[in-house]
Amino acid sequence: MRAVPFIELESLEKVFTVRVRGNAGLFRREKREVRAVDGISFAVERGEMVGYIGPNGAGKSTTIKMLTGILTPSGGRLRVAGIDPARERTRLAQRIGVVFGQRTTLWWDLPLKDSYRLMHRMYRIPDARFRENLDRCVELLELGELLDVPVRQLSLGQRMRGDIAAALLHDPEVLYLDEPTIGLDVVSKARVREFLRDLNTSRGTTVLLTTHDLTDIEQLCSRVMVIDHGRLMYDGELSGLHAVGESERLLMVDLERELPPITDVPGSRFVRSEGPRQWLAFPATTSAAPLVAAVAAKYPLLDLSVREPDIEAVIAKMYGGTREERRESLR
Amino acid sequence: MAEATRVGADSAAVHEVDSAGIQEMDPDAIHEMDSGAIHRKNERRPYGPLADSWRTYRLVAGMWIRSTMTYRASFALTLVTSFCVTFFDFVVILLMFGQVKGLGGFGFAEVALLYGTAGTSFGIADLTMGSLQRMGKRVRDGSLDTFLMRPAPLLAQVAADKFALRRFGRVAQGLLVLVWALLLLDVEWTPLKVLLLPVTVASGTVIFASVMVLGASTLFWMQDAAEVTNSFTYGGNTLLQYPPTIFAQELVRGVVYVVPLAFVSWLPALYVLGRPAPAGVPEWAAFVSPLVAAVCCGVAGLAWRAGIRSYRSTGS
Repeated sequence: MRAVPFIELESLEKVFTVRVRGNAGLFRREKREVRAVDGISFAVERGEMVGYIGPNGAGKSTTIKMLTGILTPSGGRLRVAGIDPARERTRLAQRIGVVFGQRTTLWWDLPLKDSYRLMHRMYRIPDARFRENLDRCVELLELGELLDVPVRQLSLGQRMRGDIAAALLHDPEVLYLDEPTIGLDVVSKARVREFLRDLNTSRGTTVLLTTHDLTDIEQLCSRVMVIDHGRLMYDGELSGLHAVGESERLLMVDLERELPPITDVPGSRFVRSEGPRQWLAFPATTSAAPLVAAVAAKYPLLDLSVREPDIEAVIAKMYGGTREERRESLR
Repeated sequence: MAEATRVGADSAAVHEVDSAGIQEMDPDAIHEMDSGAIHRKNERRPYGPLADSWRTYRLVAGMWIRSTMTYRASFALTLVTSFCVTFFDFVVILLMFGQVKGLGGFGFAEVALLYGTAGTSFGIADLTMGSLQRMGKRVRDGSLDTFLMRPAPLLAQVAADKFALRRFGRVAQGLLVLVWALLLLDVEWTPLKVLLLPVTVASGTVIFASVMVLGASTLFWMQDAAEVTNSFTYGGNTLLQYPPTIFAQELVRGVVYVVPLAFVSWLPALYVLGRPAPAGVPEWAAFVSPLVAAVCCGVAGLAWRAGIRSYRSTGS
């Protein structure tokens, strides 16, 4: 028997008709089609942790909303756990958890625990299971002192943690996160990431997350999908993205004194210098060790650090590239 | 309440067995299985969609009542205010009936009967479904998304959204006038007429509620259309509280044949009063209200489903 992928999309489409007030007159509006999702196909296996990235308006949220059944696709085929989401939305809801970073499911005026109690009853979670899951979330997300606090008094980071817990009380098999770290401080981000990693490894929960913060992806996801203009541009390992994007890492070296630019180390490219400090770029796909050894052999090295490639730049390049290509193909 | 707890416990037991089963299984085995099969057992709900909606409604409404209770001063104030409004509304009716002996050929108690039946029906519909008119905001700002993610019927969630007990005042007022009318009314009561009254109020409630659902359905396409619906619900209520004889015939025909609001109270109440039905409607039409209510329900249900399917959410 062939294993059926947990999430399966086949040339999924979502077309919105937008009415634009054109030049035709005050009341006549022109209809225009916007292909928010334009034929996306992918499959996600159980237990995978996938990053779904793309610029604003690329179709990320629209895809997630179709996966949860909130939006009905205009075309293509979609299955989550063998269920057609738009058709059996409420049945699917028992098996998925969703966190929208910019939208809370918690009850504004009520203590946090009241929201959880509603989840308990609405999802018909068995008492023992509910207590166990809640205790676990409270411990890992440090919610203990917040349970009796009305949600409106929580900070953004606290509320996000509260929301994540709310999405997990019913043991969902898959968790969708739309911008889970948006607006959070460094500490809160780290805590959320730690929790998600643990959730994925210890419970085997499938996680699909969209984000603008590429550190989320770097630290969490082995697989990344890049979407732009409603199309899938890349689907594979994060490191592969470096290769595709020809990205570079940066080696920062502190020398004993100010020296002329280091240009004689093979495999590297001088970027800039600031007094005794110099920056060298080298391909992200190669190891830093030989480079460091070569520099240390020739120069009085005091300290060094390696900066990971700026994926943002890689992806920006990628989006830019696709636009160029498209323009080319139109010609 | 007690029953709900019992039902909840039953389903809990089913779920427990299921999740225990999953944990004992080899992860690979789960992987190989038709992924739908694992949870299938607890997906089949022991209750129908109606029971499910009712349960959801109570859960959400309960949360809203608790929410309003957190602002105690505000809650107390609203309660006092709405009591005053209801009370003065009632005083206005008293004053009006005190001055005017009849309206459009209808006696004082007769008008009170029309007022009471329409008012009660509308009051109950407004208490339970009135929040639907505020759904437009939820559609516009995309917060409807969070409702759609829950394993509960959307209509029940939206109807119970911002549930406010103070709307009970309207029901109380309608009932009061109705009881008062029945006490004063000089009618020859037959078993049929006695039976017709509760049926009328129930059907009327369903018709008003259906119009509200129908109106809310249009909000999926036009988020600012709530006022149109209000003209049918609130406007219809005001219309029905007075005898049909005082209105233009075109208007009366409209509420009989176009928007079947006349079936809410006019036709049955006129039968009870032994008066001829307006707009050339035969006498037996007084008994058609439940049927009309059922049809309205069906139409509203279809519109609602179509609405959900075309829901567009927001950009983020």
